[in-house]
Amino acid sequence: MLAYMIRRLLWTPVLLAIVSMVVFVLGAYGPGDPVEVRLGQNYTPEAAERLREQLGLNDPIAVQWGRYVWSAIQLDFGESFVFQGRTVGEVLGPRLWVSAQLNIAAFLITVGFGLPLGFYTAKRQGTWLDPSIVLVTLALMALPVFIVAPFFIWLFALQLDWVPVSGWGGFFDRRIIMPAVTIGVPGIAVFTRLMRASTLDVLGQEYIRTARSKGLAETVVNYRHIARNALIPIMTIMGFTFAGLFGGALITELIYGIPGVARIALDSILARDFPIVTAFVLIGATMLVVGNLLIDFIYTVVDPRIRLQ
Amino acid sequence: MTSADLKPTPSLDAPRNIKGRSQFAIAFSRLRRKKLGMIALTTLALIYLIGAFAPVIDTHGYTDTNLLRTQEGPDTQNILGTDRLGRDTYSRLVWGIQTTAIVTLTTVLTGSIVLGVTLGLIAGYFRGTPDTLISRLGELVSAFPDILLIILLAATLRPRVLDWFRSIEDSTGVSGLISTGFADFLVLGIALLPLSWFGTMRLVRGQVLQIRESDYVEAARAMGTSTPRILFRHILPNIISPVIVTASIGLGAVAGAEIILGFLGLGVQPPRPSLGVLIADATGRGSTAVSTLTQHPEQLLAPIAVVWLLIFAWNILGDALTDVFNPRSR
Repeated sequence: MLAYMIRRLLWTPVLLAIVSMVVFVLGAYGPGDPVEVRLGQNYTPEAAERLREQLGLNDPIAVQWGRYVWSAIQLDFGESFVFQGRTVGEVLGPRLWVSAQLNIAAFLITVGFGLPLGFYTAKRQGTWLDPSIVLVTLALMALPVFIVAPFFIWLFALQLDWVPVSGWGGFFDRRIIMPAVTIGVPGIAVFTRLMRASTLDVLGQEYIRTARSKGLAETVVNYRHIARNALIPIMTIMGFTFAGLFGGALITELIYGIPGVARIALDSILARDFPIVTAFVLIGATMLVVGNLLIDFIYTVVDPRIRLQ
Repeated sequence: MTSADLKPTPSLDAPRNIKGRSQFAIAFSRLRRKKLGMIALTTLALIYLIGAFAPVIDTHGYTDTNLLRTQEGPDTQNILGTDRLGRDTYSRLVWGIQTTAIVTLTTVLTGSIVLGVTLGLIAGYFRGTPDTLISRLGELVSAFPDILLIILLAATLRPRVLDWFRSIEDSTGVSGLISTGFADFLVLGIALLPLSWFGTMRLVRGQVLQIRESDYVEAARAMGTSTPRILFRHILPNIISPVIVTASIGLGAVAGAEIILGFLGLGVQPPRPSLGVLIADATGRGSTAVSTLTQHPEQLLAPIAVVWLLIFAWNILGDALTDVFNPRSR
């Protein structure tokens, strides 16, 4: 168990290094020239050559990558090509914080609605409610952000005039509601379905019958025995979902004009600003990999029957 | 209908049972009793038929501009009105459906079915080094935030592939590879691969690991059956049903990713429309085109209704297929 965790922990940085290598290779063989983008109108062959030498772009790709990994270990992710004189951290930092707030709000909506709804439908299996909720969740799952966002703007901002079309005012501003719901909607459906299936599994267990026959109050059985056990398998998906929200947030931020990482992520890909692209991909990959690692670890804590090897 | 008509793809080479009813015939007869599943199947058939017959049922060309009739509402001349260049929204919608239909089907057939199944069979049956290589590669791909990888691949590959096609066109004299959108479809297919192959591979690998130990595979091996025959005649037919279920659920996700790329301007290139391009045009790429949205919501509502129906129908069908192929799950 301990050996397994250590092996996973050691493998994680290796995996992240390989991820950064893939981005490096894509950058090297992709089109466009970051030097040209950066010099713009001041472009002369001599200036370009000087800048290329200065940025180390003339070295073989493997050398550039090795240098990157070495400084990344010291938490130095380099300077942006496009935003001159600013480090990747300075460019991405404030925007990441905005995106993180949006994602946390979306995640709270997803889990806050999805889990109770799934629990409730499972308890009413066999009534008319059950199949209709299943159908509704399937309909919601088919609502990716690029459908919901323009539709919300059209309905709530333009037709009903309830909220402004776009803008950002932080976590406690009402303008966060529309984008957060947009990102959260498909997730609500996923969690309803998962929680329903998981609760149904637990409902059939012997220990639920035991708990009831002991004469425990129904609320105690519901929350301490059923809900808590049903949540265990769902935790895995929570890790994935939180990391996956970032993808949906990209489009949502673009449409609602939120000053998060989306605009800069896309622009950096198109402008070949590879220090930014690499850092961005690494952040996403770290969230996925470390998130899964953490979840696996918490798993063994909450459910001692599970042993990793 | 005969059982031969019902095979989803003839290349799968389903075994002909002695009783004369293939597993697909049985599955289909079960599916026919599922009302919702059949509605979804009909809807999908309809959407894909619209895509296939786009050249026949469009009322205008998708590039035809009429600057005297821009931003018109629906009327007899233009069923869904016109956009800001005076192009017919209905015709562009129909052609957009075709784009999405081609991309989703080819991606799922090549990436999910062919690549995912083959790699899964290899990893599960031969184990050892091939298994380690394939599984590690899968682990690497799944460590990427998928939408970011897709965007990165599409943005990086497109100019390379276009250059490559241009040089082919120049040297061979074949024309139209780029203008028909073939090059675009190739870029999209490659960019969407990471989304499609890994899930199927892992699923197939897990199933093969179990089945390769079963008595009938042992028997086939003892009789000196060749390895490809064991793989494709004895193992594949027994694992194909979960593959079909995941593929049908995955189609919704692939359609979504293609639309995101179109939305960002990284999908098929103008003037060829796709559903993502239509949504982006109506929302105005990033900053909202408020006037278009308020006065001509049909430019937005028509494509998003189609996208929603498409993904919804794939989800319902996937759900129904799960029941059909695996009745124990209920």
